[in-house]
Amino acid sequence: MISFIAQRIAKAIVVLLALVVLNFFLIRMAPGDPALVMAGEAGAGDQVFLAQLREKFGLDQPLPVQLFLYVKGILSLDLGFSFRQQMPVATLILQRLPATLLLTGTAFAISLGFGILFGALAARFAGTWADTAITVLALIFYATPLFWVALMAILLFSVAVDWLPSFGYESVGANYTGLAHVLDVAAHLVLPATTIGLFFMATYARMTRASMLEVNRLDFVKTARAKGLSDTVIQRRHVLRNALLPVVTLAGLQAGTLVGGAVLTETVFAWPGIGRLMYEALLQRDYNLLLGVFVVCSAMVLAFNLITDLVYRSVDPRIEFAS
Amino acid sequence: MLLRNPGGMIGTAILTIAIAVALFGPLLFPTSPWRMVQRPFLPPFTLANLPLGTDALGRDVMAGIIYGARVSLLVGLISTLASLAVGIPLGAAAGYFGGKIDDALMRFTEFFQTVPSFALAIVLVAIMQPSIVSIVSAIAIVSWPPVARLVRGEVLSLRTREYVQAAVVTGQTNWWIIWREILPNALSPVIVLASLMVATAILLESSLSFLGLGDPNLMSWGYMVGAGRTVIRQAWWITVFPGIAILVSVLALNLIGEGLNDALNPRLAKGGR
Repeated sequence: MISFIAQRIAKAIVVLLALVVLNFFLIRMAPGDPALVMAGEAGAGDQVFLAQLREKFGLDQPLPVQLFLYVKGILSLDLGFSFRQQMPVATLILQRLPATLLLTGTAFAISLGFGILFGALAARFAGTWADTAITVLALIFYATPLFWVALMAILLFSVAVDWLPSFGYESVGANYTGLAHVLDVAAHLVLPATTIGLFFMATYARMTRASMLEVNRLDFVKTARAKGLSDTVIQRRHVLRNALLPVVTLAGLQAGTLVGGAVLTETVFAWPGIGRLMYEALLQRDYNLLLGVFVVCSAMVLAFNLITDLVYRSVDPRIEFAS
Repeated sequence: MLLRNPGGMIGTAILTIAIAVALFGPLLFPTSPWRMVQRPFLPPFTLANLPLGTDALGRDVMAGIIYGARVSLLVGLISTLASLAVGIPLGAAAGYFGGKIDDALMRFTEFFQTVPSFALAIVLVAIMQPSIVSIVSAIAIVSWPPVARLVRGEVLSLRTREYVQAAVVTGQTNWWIIWREILPNALSPVIVLASLMVATAILLESSLSFLGLGDPNLMSWGYMVGAGRTVIRQAWWITVFPGIAILVSVLALNLIGEGLNDALNPRLAKGGR
């Protein structure tokens, strides 16, 4: 078990390094000479100033040395400098990270909870109108672009009926404290979290339904039926439990797609997270910041996948640990 | 075979219409979708020749949707073909040769599966500058891993079959065996996956265009929604109609994918219902 965990962590570290190297080359591929960009931001620059900048940021070094410096920087959490925002990239990301974690965490919980519930209902009543309704709805939400759902949610709940705020993280200038603040943020959270949630809910509902129907065919379900257990008990205690494992695992491994959802929803709802930060970097062609956000997102997804993998192996005793 | 499945039938019908619109629509709407034809913010259903109204610059929303169909379908199709062109050889080599080659190729594939795909696509298009080529490449780069894994699995199981070993004994070259003996038999799951990938590619393209990373010379559905976003309170129709176009096309492709799956893998289909 220990060696297995060590092996997994070692593998994750290798992937992380590969990611950093990829990021380095992407930055180098970005249009524009970084020294020229910096000089431009500073107002002006002659050849001497450019040379100074190149020396300061190691841009006059051969590529392998630059790569080494870059990796060294990342390991000490130095993600470079955003010249547009005049701040270190790491600081900018850290400021925005909590909002994104709150949003994606809530969306993940909503989608997994309701996805499993609806999927289980569809499987339990397979072939009835309830199953058809859930399946059709899931198909539709699965095919709907996230950014469009976000806009439709704004049209419905904040233009047609003014129920929910559609903009930002909290009411500007209200200065709520304590419980009022929590409720205010929660109200702002409803639309963006549900928007991301709907798409993933559709995915998880479809997976749960398929997985339950598959487990239903297994012999132990027949045994349970032969023992005279009621259908509800069989479905809840035996089928659902066994069907959930692959769903939850796949959900964990798909966490990376939540990042994409966050970029789109945060852009529409002006949610001050790293997805919105990525959009701002994109608009300003701030490549240092753009790639900084990219590498942080990827590292977080990597960590989440690792955790899912480890939890999965420890929860399911049927999986043998590869030595 | 697809016609026996009601979902697949609906999907095929919708897709046929979409393709017809993409092919012949521009003949019926010869004016460029970028041209101002009326006053801005003309609501839909007011003028017969502008059924879906105009956008913030007085451009015809209907014409935009018709021209956008070309971009969406074309990007979806080409980027899927490109992903197949990367994923099939990689997966086939990994499955057929096994050992170190398999290990190396699969680590490479897993790496691309770990990286958040939409974020990578954004970064790639931003760096290569938005154009139809960079969009197609970015979508292909983030979508090939599932193909490689699927093909690898199929090849692994087909490689040990007797007819393949017979081909080995007769001295055929490896690539000939893979190309002529193995891949044709691994095709049906790949076709199913490909049809679903076209749908995902359309969603990806529209999301990129929505963020302003579309080809600036081509009218696309995602761009229209993105452009209408800031005026959604005054003019709902600018965002609503292109969004419906995306939804309907993606839905059609997903239905076709599921229909094909039921038709090509009948055993799975029976278990799933």
